[in-house]
Amino acid sequence: MTQATLIDAIRMAMDEEMGRDPRVFLTGEDVGRRGGVFRASQGLFDKYGAERVVDSPLAELSIIAIGIGAALADLRPICEIQFADFIHPAFNQIVNEAAKFYYRSNGEWRVPLVIRSPYGGGISGGLYHSQSVEAFFAHVPGLKIVIPSTPHDAKGLLKSAVRDPNPVLFFEPKKGYRAIKGELSEDDYTVPIGPARIAREGRDLSVFAYGMMAHYTTQAAEKVARTDGIDAEVVDLRTLLPLDKTAILDSVKKTGKALIVYEDNRTMGYGAEVAAVLADEGFEYLDGPVRRLTGLDVPAVPFSHHMQEFFMPNPDTIAEAIRELAGY
Amino acid sequence: MTNHIVERASARLNESTLLEMFWGMLLSRRLDERAWALHRQGKIHFHISGMGHEAAQVGTAFALNRGVDYIHPYYRDLALSLAVGITPTDFMMSLFGRKDEYSSGGRQMPSHFSSKDKHIISGSSPVATQVPQAAGLAFAIQYRQKCGLVDPNDTSQPRLALACLGEGSTSQGEWHEGMNWAGVHKLPFICLVQNNIYAISVPLESQMAVANVADRATAYGVAGVVVDGNDVLAVYDVMVQAVQRAYSGGGATLVEAKTYRPVPHSSDDDDRSYRSREEVAEWKKKDPIMRFQNSLLEDGILNDSLLHDYESRARAEVDKAQADAEAAPLPDAEEVFGSVYAPLEEQP
Ligand SMILES: Cc1ncc(C[n+]2csc(CCOP(=O)(O)OP(=O)(O)O)c2C)c(N)n1
Ligand SMILES: [Mg+2]
Repeated sequence: MTQATLIDAIRMAMDEEMGRDPRVFLTGEDVGRRGGVFRASQGLFDKYGAERVVDSPLAELSIIAIGIGAALADLRPICEIQFADFIHPAFNQIVNEAAKFYYRSNGEWRVPLVIRSPYGGGISGGLYHSQSVEAFFAHVPGLKIVIPSTPHDAKGLLKSAVRDPNPVLFFEPKKGYRAIKGELSEDDYTVPIGPARIAREGRDLSVFAYGMMAHYTTQAAEKVARTDGIDAEVVDLRTLLPLDKTAILDSVKKTGKALIVYEDNRTMGYGAEVAAVLADEGFEYLDGPVRRLTGLDVPAVPFSHHMQEFFMPNPDTIAEAIRELAGY
Repeated sequence: MTNHIVERASARLNESTLLEMFWGMLLSRRLDERAWALHRQGKIHFHISGMGHEAAQVGTAFALNRGVDYIHPYYRDLALSLAVGITPTDFMMSLFGRKDEYSSGGRQMPSHFSSKDKHIISGSSPVATQVPQAAGLAFAIQYRQKCGLVDPNDTSQPRLALACLGEGSTSQGEWHEGMNWAGVHKLPFICLVQNNIYAISVPLESQMAVANVADRATAYGVAGVVVDGNDVLAVYDVMVQAVQRAYSGGGATLVEAKTYRPVPHSSDDDDRSYRSREEVAEWKKKDPIMRFQNSLLEDGILNDSLLHDYESRARAEVDKAQADAEAAPLPDAEEVFGSVYAPLEEQP
């Protein structure tokens, strides 16, 4: 066990999987000598060589399509999209192709592909280096979507993603790359894709979040416990597709109240589905409105500091939303 | 550079192979004609045809290590798919959307060929998506060779990937990005563009400002060849060179086969609004099957009685395929839920 950052965990997972299975390779823009613009693959080029850590042309749809073809040929590609904002040119390959191969071939052709991409705001990235894109893909059966919020989960979930026979989108909260630290084991463990994680047990209300927002929510919950005596349960969803409905319903059955936090635009965001599940299957358990604290319904995250910070939920606004709902 | 007089690879084909090629083209044509008839009879909902493209496809198939090399076809590749091992019954099952239909269990429209066993990759309907994927398959071949995971001379393993598409589809970015990877990495890859000068109604000159798709090969650093797509042996000759190039580490080839679609785009199209009957009639005179048939007759490889036998055999096979498909049940509605996610146990 050592203390490590989120990005250390991601690097360690890739390193271990490449060491374990010669079919695993990495491709994307600047992943080679540069080690990725965030240095997620630092050292891997020197260790595994240019054959297995492949600088791609600057062309996102081909990064994914090459990965799909290689996966069809039974390799285990990890494709890095430098920023989630630039995944849109590859939408067709992800949604029409990767997600549908298994279905359209009645279970013959599998696409064991991992797409890694940093997402989210708070790093002065402006409109095109801050986007949250998970909701676009969460609508697509055939894909799996994972968003870790701790180093332990990041490593274990990424290793599961590499071993999964399906296409997995692995979105990394880039603001947390170095800001999120935690225990990291050097053992060869995996964390299964699917189950949510109770990040903090509580009795008064449930807060559902993922990625950077799960990290912030845990901080906010500790704070309101100290200052207000509110005992919030924090559920880190960590797998968005398929959704762990049981964990959501079980938590609200216990607490009776639900707050959902996500930094994406509010309308039609991922949390809308969580709210719908609660309205539909958890109605009996609720004794308050299902609340959402989200990013704003504007086209993107602005660059200038005050506007950027105003866009995103943070531990203070989350704490306030918890107090408000707890008092309902 | 010295000019070599290269013997045509097709000159070495023996009579039985030539007849096998002819049979492949003929069977595809008769099956295709039946599909049109079934559509007119209201028995099937949709057909998209490979008519006129048979020489380009069969000439290609016979140059490959069929069933071993990866092929990522498009919807016109009936003759190619038959040559790689899809059967007339398979195809009929698709036309009728029957239970356990070979390519997709009745999920996909007809002519979306797929067989893992025969290394035919499942295709989608959005055009050109297969091109960068096929480059990915070629990348995987090269990766295995470079990493010492496979012997490059092992003929039981795929040694190249072929992608097919129409000329109109080369306007897509997917085509460009796939060709670019093929060039940058010198991939064992062949792109066969079946240029029938229309993309539904849109003519070639509204699609690109160059005369030949293959002219663009230079921009990708790959070899480019134009060939008469209605001459099966000419296509074969060009493909043999492309295959040798791929197998020997020489990189990718862009082959453009010039041909024509003598029928509407699909059973939902009416081509009278965008091209003259005279034009269609002119091209029908250059029909690739008639052309090959005449040359085989001239060379005494084919004769009238053999031709008659082939025609009866084709009719019998198509009849049987149709009867088998019509007798097969439809999928159960609940099959809609199958094969969404591969189970974890399948992970080798
Ligand atoms: C991305 C996409 N856009 C539009 C279509 C509709 N469409 C199907 S085939 C076709 C024309 C294709 O022409 P070409 O590539 O020349 O192939 P051909 O059918 O002539 O063999 C079009 C527009 C499609 N299938 N995919
Ligand atoms: Mg065309």
